[in-house]
Amino acid sequence: MIKKEMIAMLLAGGQGSRLGVLTSSIAKPAVSFGGKYRIIDFPLSNCINSGVDTVGVLTQYQPLRLNTHIGIGIPWDLDRNIGGVSILPPYEKSTNAEWYTGTANAIYQNLKYMEYYNPEYVLILGGDHIYKMDYELMLDFHKANKADITLATIPVPIEEASRFGVVITDEEKRILEFEEKPPQPRSNLASMGIYIFNWRVLKQALIDLSNQPGCDFGKHIIPYCHERGDRVFAYEYNGYWKDVGTLTSYWESNMELIDIVPEFNLYEEFWKIYTKSDVIPPQYIAENAVVERCIIGEGTEIYGQVYNSVIGAGVTIGEGAVVRDSIIMKGTQIGERTVVNKSIIAENCFVGFDCELGIGEEVPNVKFPKIYTDGLVTIGEGSVIPNNVKIGKNTAISGGTTLDDYPSGLLKSGESIIKAGDFR
Amino acid sequence: MRAIGIILAGGNSNRMRELSNKRAIAAMPVAGSYRGIDFALSNMTNSHVQKVAVLTQYNSRSLNEHLSSSKWWDFGRKQGGLFVFTPTITADNGFWYRGTADAIAQNLTFLRNSHEPYVVIASGDGIYKLDYNKVLEFHIEKQADITVVTTELEEGEDCSRFGIVTADENDRIVDFQEKPLVVSSNLISTGIYVIRRRLLIELLEKCVEEDRHDFVKDVLIRYKDMKKIYSYEMEGYWNNIASVESYYKTNMDFLKKDIRDYFFKKYPDVYSKIDDLPPAKYNPGSVMKNSLVSSGCIVNGVVENSILFKKVYVGNNCTIKNSIILNDVHIGDNTHIENCIVESRNTIRPNTTHIGENGEIKIVIEKNDRYSL
Repeated sequence: MIKKEMIAMLLAGGQGSRLGVLTSSIAKPAVSFGGKYRIIDFPLSNCINSGVDTVGVLTQYQPLRLNTHIGIGIPWDLDRNIGGVSILPPYEKSTNAEWYTGTANAIYQNLKYMEYYNPEYVLILGGDHIYKMDYELMLDFHKANKADITLATIPVPIEEASRFGVVITDEEKRILEFEEKPPQPRSNLASMGIYIFNWRVLKQALIDLSNQPGCDFGKHIIPYCHERGDRVFAYEYNGYWKDVGTLTSYWESNMELIDIVPEFNLYEEFWKIYTKSDVIPPQYIAENAVVERCIIGEGTEIYGQVYNSVIGAGVTIGEGAVVRDSIIMKGTQIGERTVVNKSIIAENCFVGFDCELGIGEEVPNVKFPKIYTDGLVTIGEGSVIPNNVKIGKNTAISGGTTLDDYPSGLLKSGESIIKAGDFR
Repeated sequence: MRAIGIILAGGNSNRMRELSNKRAIAAMPVAGSYRGIDFALSNMTNSHVQKVAVLTQYNSRSLNEHLSSSKWWDFGRKQGGLFVFTPTITADNGFWYRGTADAIAQNLTFLRNSHEPYVVIASGDGIYKLDYNKVLEFHIEKQADITVVTTELEEGEDCSRFGIVTADENDRIVDFQEKPLVVSSNLISTGIYVIRRRLLIELLEKCVEEDRHDFVKDVLIRYKDMKKIYSYEMEGYWNNIASVESYYKTNMDFLKKDIRDYFFKKYPDVYSKIDDLPPAKYNPGSVMKNSLVSSGCIVNGVVENSILFKKVYVGNNCTIKNSIILNDVHIGDNTHIENCIVESRNTIRPNTTHIGENGEIKIVIEKNDRYSL
């Protein structure tokens, strides 16, 4: 007989459009992080470290990179006879064919998957946060309170609480009220989008609300159960938890890793983060290179100067190049004498010789003023930047560009060149 | 592939000095992120040899740990896969492996129960890339009984610790001398052989009968006129790490771009066990020159012409020059290390100096308690 106490359902189908061209051809959970990892490695590693060995990963938007990354789950020891990791894309049914229209709808469409494992509890996770969390402690809390639903929450500064969904609880931590992005927050406990459900409660709620368009956990399922009188509790988590949903927060949390003793420490033996490494060789730092305050991935060759940056695996930084305050992902090449300031350059890009990135005045991005901010230069996967061009601040580039795309060799601050990918 | 593989990884050598106290040569860390045996194993899997036996004997704990899962080399198969044979006491044998031939002879069942017509025998201490299929094609084309893979050592290199081969214009081996005092040629055996499985069984049964144990002495040299033994001269890089000097040199070779590109970038890849270490980190004060650094390292000092293996911590104000620092070493502040090989899982006290002098490479082994420094 198959029996799992708790299984996890990891929602990894979202595009994460606030990451701009970074997610133009991959889903947000597949975006690289910290020189070696992808965002989804954090919840997946948390699962296995918490003893959850059955994880369904719900994919929808651009799943190829996620699929090849997860494979059969070897890096996380999730290659199991019974359980392990399963990729769950939307599928056609005899009566209809439907995309995942909301977080809860995605789970509803996979009721059979969960039923197969005969669980007591179901853990619902998102794929867009950087954190280390023991879900088993949360489950203990859930059991001790005889809860039907437990929400993971984190205390945030009260002045920022209006950006989150906050919960108001009694002394026993039972939730009395929810407030979604309240202008005048009455509590600073923000929901982390992580839930433990009693399987029966979840199943019934999903069936009851199966006709709800765009059925969502935060908007529909939790309020429905709460109104019905289910025991809904708030588990308080007090560790590092970082949303990497915007380019600025993504950039910042990468930069935090290079502090001398980072708040989020990847070098601890306890609670390791696992990932698929397809580059094994050591990195090479050449005779005239400078590396200061940075982290660098496997197989990378540095001939130039790198300051204050996060460099992925298999990157080449040419002689005389200078990289400052930047994130450069796997397989990208930076040409000789090119200067890179405060940029995010995605995987497998090619930046030519004698370029200058991140120069000039800071001007809001013309097309997407809310996405490309804080002076960042953002370059999408597989882009090509020709030799001898200058690129301003708050800019975005995606696809193979040639000199013709740069009037008089310059991409002004606030401009974008989007030639490839889904994000336009 | 029509061959099974045997990797001889039991060896130890006093030429490795203190480095072999801890592990078999095949388990020596190489080139920052690998172990010696990774090269032979990767060559096997890249040549589509899907059933491989590793014969271990000397201090095999470290090697067994490395091989504890075979999936890293894609040997996690239902059919074939990776077999590790350590000597065992059986009803009719109570000996350790008394030599290379004896090691294989004690595992004749493995050969008898296979159906592939050929056997590739390799050693676990060679650093090279080779498609064994090419050797096999050569072997078949020459209608050889045994093919020995050979390589030419550069002028001036010490050939005397190898088997020296003399071949005629048809590549047939006419003379084979094991570790001779006077060297007559610089063509040496790499310890890689291809042979028909049935012939190997036959020759080994003969060895058992006659109480002979060494593959080179009792098979290759003894049968060199009776059997057709050919030399396949391989191209590309080959080095053996069975002495401190050659181990040091082989590692330092990876600081050269052409050798790095050949091993790290050119198809096919060399595989190794994955350790889940974070990217290397450089704090203020780190100065790096011409060095290789593996994942999990944290550098606060000066590193020049050196190789840092996995998880090395270099303290503030340290200087490391022309040295190899093996896995999981903690180097305390203000330490000077030059011309050294620092043994793995070491903790080097702060304010100390270790220098290998007169061209000699110093092996540093310190067993300090890391957390009391």
